Amino acid sequence: MHRRRFLMGAGTVGLGNIPAQALQKLTPGMIPPPFSRAGLDGKPVDLAAFNGKVVLLDFWASWCAPCMVAIPHFRDLQARLRGRGFQVIGISMDDSADQARAAAIRLGVNYPVVMGDAKLAIGYGGILGLPVEMLVGRDGRIVSIWRGETPPAIIENAVKASLG
Amino acid sequence: MIRTVWTSLLLIAPLLLVAAEPAMAATEIIPASALIQPAQLAGELKAAPPTILQVGFSKLYQQAHIPGAIYAGPTNSEAGLAALKAEAEKLPRSSDVVIYCGCCPWNRCPNMDAAYTALKAMGFSRLRALYIANNFGQDWVDKGYPVATGQ
Repeated sequence: MHRRRFLMGAGTVGLGNIPAQALQKLTPGMIPPPFSRAGLDGKPVDLAAFNGKVVLLDFWASWCAPCMVAIPHFRDLQARLRGRGFQVIGISMDDSADQARAAAIRLGVNYPVVMGDAKLAIGYGGILGLPVEMLVGRDGRIVSIWRGETPPAIIENAVKASLG
Repeated sequence: MIRTVWTSLLLIAPLLLVAAEPAMAATEIIPASALIQPAQLAGELKAAPPTILQVGFSKLYQQAHIPGAIYAGPTNSEAGLAALKAEAEKLPRSSDVVIYCGCCPWNRCPNMDAAYTALKAMGFSRLRALYIANNFGQDWVDKGYPVATGQ
């Protein structure tokens, strides 16, 4: 039998190691939860290490068609804007790192990618559909959140505005 | 003449009513007649819940799923399809079954068609598919419908 707790609407409880503030949505102006974990290439990826930069967090998966469309745009943005203090971090919601790694290699991803899990996702207000992108400003606060397929130009304009 | 016009109007009235219903997009595999809207399923949960199978990705299920839903996916993979069939094998073919995913916009979901096809092939006659237009977050959780978390 599945162990479960019930969340009504905005969610109030968690299960096991799931935090109690389950599914409390992040909004612009908030500070995103810190995370530090190994990237797909084995190198550590610590969100705090990018303090002072404009960071685009991309929640994606290899089976997500809109994600596959978006990633080449993020790769292009990373290449063009890295020198201005811009950094993309991919967070894969694939079941296995092998699936994520194969897709990242195929797409020529030029930024760090870590594996996401339910705990991390709930900390970010729930990643209950893909893709989700979150733009974090130089001050470490969330600037914008996009859930679902979003025109690349909208994200690029927001990135450039944050870079100043 | 007038009688003919009235007769014609009566004949097309049901069609006009159908056209006024909110559009529900079927996929090439899943017919519109097999779709169930979130509000309707939320209502059924209070009365006579169907057997609900979540055929999407596990990390979505762990974060939030419909209470009582069984994880059986992701059905875009061979392993996921095998998991779905194993769960379905336990059920009478006459069971009232609803499958759902919500990983992506409806027309981009990699799981629903495969799950529907597999269960139809197994002989499930009362099979429905939850129509999630955008994703599970927007179309279920944000609407305030009941949610469970966990493995």
